[in-house]
Amino acid sequence: MALESMQEIFDKIEKTQKPFWQVILDTDMDEREVTAEESMERMRYTWKAMLESVDSYQSERRSVSGLVGGDGRKMRDYAAGTESLCGPYLQEVIATALSVGESNACMCKIVAAPTAGACGVLPAVMVPLYKNGGAAEEEILRALYVASGIGAVIAFRACIAGAAGGCQAEIGSASAMAAGALTALRGGDAAQIGNAVAMALKNLMGLVCDPIAGLVEVPCVKRNVVGAVNAISCADMALAGITSRVPVDQVIDCMGDVGRRMPVEFRETALGGLAVTPFGQSVKEQMNQRS
Amino acid sequence: MLDIFDILGPVMVGPSSSHTAGAVRLGAMARALLGGQPVKADIALHGSFAETGQGHGTDRALVAGLLGMRPDDLDIPRSFEIAAERGMEFKIYPVQLRDAHPNTAVLKVEDAAGKQLTVQGTSIGGGRIRVDKINGVDVNFTGTYNTLVVRHQDVAGELSRITNELAVGGVNIANMSLCRSRRGGDVLTIIETDQKLQPDLVQRIGTLYAVHDVTYYEKEDV
Repeated sequence: MALESMQEIFDKIEKTQKPFWQVILDTDMDEREVTAEESMERMRYTWKAMLESVDSYQSERRSVSGLVGGDGRKMRDYAAGTESLCGPYLQEVIATALSVGESNACMCKIVAAPTAGACGVLPAVMVPLYKNGGAAEEEILRALYVASGIGAVIAFRACIAGAAGGCQAEIGSASAMAAGALTALRGGDAAQIGNAVAMALKNLMGLVCDPIAGLVEVPCVKRNVVGAVNAISCADMALAGITSRVPVDQVIDCMGDVGRRMPVEFRETALGGLAVTPFGQSVKEQMNQRS
Repeated sequence: MLDIFDILGPVMVGPSSSHTAGAVRLGAMARALLGGQPVKADIALHGSFAETGQGHGTDRALVAGLLGMRPDDLDIPRSFEIAAERGMEFKIYPVQLRDAHPNTAVLKVEDAAGKQLTVQGTSIGGGRIRVDKINGVDVNFTGTYNTLVVRHQDVAGELSRITNELAVGGVNIANMSLCRSRRGGDVLTIIETDQKLQPDLVQRIGTLYAVHDVTYYEKEDV
């Protein structure tokens, strides 16, 4: 995307007096040479696929290693039987993040947002709101434009792949996108969106990518939960008027810098972190013996 | 450069955009460049594709692509069975390549008429791919455009005859590269275009004076 910083988006908002989502829509129309309707239809298709990735969840499915599956169901059953600590919205967010992450590990259809490993974060915050009547489809689509614009800036200035910058680049970016999208959805202005993004990225900075046996399973699925919950708290903080002391573009650059300086063992190579715990090693051996 | 639907997308079968979605696209690219269904495929996996490919379904994803599936096809996990049903033989094995990106595959494919093609390609992240070699000749294209691959004799003026056909057909060239094995030998010309090419246009280029063969890859529609 042609927008290279959050500041550039803020400047465009200021100059054109258009909302955040529309600046991103305009940029997409310009870049891909499509009409507003065509762009919007593609966003609707993406949103439908996200909804379907939630609705198609089957708790009996298990991943290749057998480590992943069924937790989304467990969370829902628990929440149905007792009053959870986190309340109705958040418990559904947790269950959704787990479900979509598990579906991804089980080779089901998902929307990479921004990556397949982080595919649970955005649907986790958006779908429960949509289903409980907290947001109409058109509002969600606008929020998704906000999310994609934020993701594009992060991809340009820093990185969004675990192999490039660790989990902070995947779940961290997804969380920042979700935080900004939620803030926009609840009527936050551009500055508030920027603060939500900055806070979400800061909170997950330094998180390593250490997948057991190199699979997008453990710890990836549950990290979708932390990405989603972090996004909600950062959106609420931003809407409350709490600001990030460090400006958002500086936070994004800093995340990229931390990613580049992160040892290769912590960048999706499965040579460090949880992947090399005795348990992690034993899973890897089992996988090797099977092949 | 990434557009916003590279960020929110692709819509794909999991678990990994690079190891699964990108692998499907590499298979589909090899199939398109061959010009149809392979009956035989030899698939060599390098680096991380070889290391963690099985757990990510990279093997099944590559075969799915060779069968003409797209990254969001729910039949991807069943691709081995479908290949057997359709009579496509394949073998998959690890290989060590020099100076290759960690997510690289070399696909040697053959169609029912005995036509063979070797494609070396890389999954560069987020489900995007890059083709690095065709039949051993260095190339560089990504499948994000409609792509015409022309193999022709190294003679003066052939490129202008090809581009003239495109001009007459109203097709704008986005990127282009040309690489020859030796002076007077075979040339591989890769042309990426903004517009789709009609079959008769591709056919006309195929009948030009020094053209040996032409293949055409049409970019994925959403």
